[in-house]
Amino acid sequence: MTQDNHGKAHKFGMVIDLDKCTGCGSCMVACMSENNVPFKEDETNKKDSLTWMTVFKLSNEKNFPETDICYMPRPCMHCGGKGDHGHSPCVSVCPATATDYGYDTGIVSQIYTRCFGCRYCMGACPYHARYFNWWDPKWPDGMEEYLSPDVSPRMRGVVEKCSFCYHRYQEARDRAYYEERRDTIEEGEYQTACTQACPAGAITFGDLHNPEHEVYKLVKPDPHQCGKPRNPKAFRLLERLQTNPKVYYISEREWVRKAGDNYRKGEWGQQKKSDGDKGHK
Amino acid sequence: MSELEKKTENGSVGAAEDGASGEQKAGGDSGVGMGVLFFIAAFAVCFLSGWLLFPSLLYSKKEQPFNFNHALHVAETGGCDSCHFFREDGSFAGIPKNSSCVECHESQLGETEDEAIFMTEYVEKGVEVPWLIYSEQPDCVFFSHAAHVVGAKMDCVSCHGHIGESETLKPYQENRITGYSRDIWGENIWGIKKNSWDRMKMDDCAECHQEETGSKGACFQCHK
Repeated sequence: MTQDNHGKAHKFGMVIDLDKCTGCGSCMVACMSENNVPFKEDETNKKDSLTWMTVFKLSNEKNFPETDICYMPRPCMHCGGKGDHGHSPCVSVCPATATDYGYDTGIVSQIYTRCFGCRYCMGACPYHARYFNWWDPKWPDGMEEYLSPDVSPRMRGVVEKCSFCYHRYQEARDRAYYEERRDTIEEGEYQTACTQACPAGAITFGDLHNPEHEVYKLVKPDPHQCGKPRNPKAFRLLERLQTNPKVYYISEREWVRKAGDNYRKGEWGQQKKSDGDKGHK
Repeated sequence: MSELEKKTENGSVGAAEDGASGEQKAGGDSGVGMGVLFFIAAFAVCFLSGWLLFPSLLYSKKEQPFNFNHALHVAETGGCDSCHFFREDGSFAGIPKNSSCVECHESQLGETEDEAIFMTEYVEKGVEVPWLIYSEQPDCVFFSHAAHVVGAKMDCVSCHGHIGESETLKPYQENRITGYSRDIWGENIWGIKKNSWDRMKMDDCAECHQEETGSKGACFQCHK
């Protein structure tokens, strides 16, 4: 499969409205229970925690009364890589081809049985979205019965990450095949667990190639600039790395948008001005 | 080794005759010959034991809870999909549960001992039959029956062989190391495949996908 991520293929993506997010953590809980993510009795050491979806707390670091905070949920960004051709940072470094880019969906996979745990991908990922299993999962008594059969459990020594609940896409496709409509999946048929769990409705999920879908309407991705948002309130994390993430954030607050990248002093205004004519091919 | 050395020392000096071992001046014909013979014999012993003994060491044989006559049921019900059906959401039911069997087997229909076991041990006690699944794939595999049977219009035989025509269930062979069924690797210990249903490894999926769709597909097409 050498085609790029343009044309008829899907490009599943997520839009998170940071002004709606209350930081409740429902998305994290939903994600863990949906994807059989293991946890330990003592989770105080956050370096050992596995959290496919993490909520970060941002602050504008100003004193009262200007003080303001923002909660930022961070799943895997499912980067399209430079030029949106599927050369995601993690995919390009994996020596085992344990992670690859699905050109039909734009989703970056992680195959646990193929991963041998070198953690090169973790070093390559600029979003810290990948986690290493330092121990075999240990479930409290009886909880094994509650694990999802649709997601394979992981073992010690492999890397795992958010899959955009890919098993839900597989199930949606199963139904579509059964009803003989092949690859035509409605927007509501494939939604991630975090999207459905968010009580504030801050997370939207859908096909960025489909103008009918809510995600497209929210950010209006520019096909000539690798999906860069045309909505001025929307941004992607570390845009300048040209990783072309499929997770977009929206905020009315300028300091939040500014926090999405490491701007040098005085660069923020210029960046905004040159946005219109700057395209990365 | 020492025996071999002794023999080459005592051997006659007539190596010049032999074209193949012309370089060996001190070494004798018979010594080298014995060595070669020994090598061939040892190789044959190791080779045959590996070939004949290894499969029986590698696989444990388990019997199914009771015998099931596929041919009879296919004749009675008309096809695979009367018991192995799709659910409404497009997922595949696989091996039927007692509740589907009981639709016909409310009481014993035939006189076979196997049916009697099924009725008394499982239906009456309300216990599901612990069938051993020949085609069970590892945890990380997502196989869509809908995509293959409904989408690609494939028949069951292409992957499962002629199990529908069998009158008895063969013993289930479990790989002692991996825990997978022998049907995944295939009956042939060399991995030689004559029919499309002889093996169910990832390579076999990929081979067919390459032929039919022109691509092996991305990992997530069949993994979860």
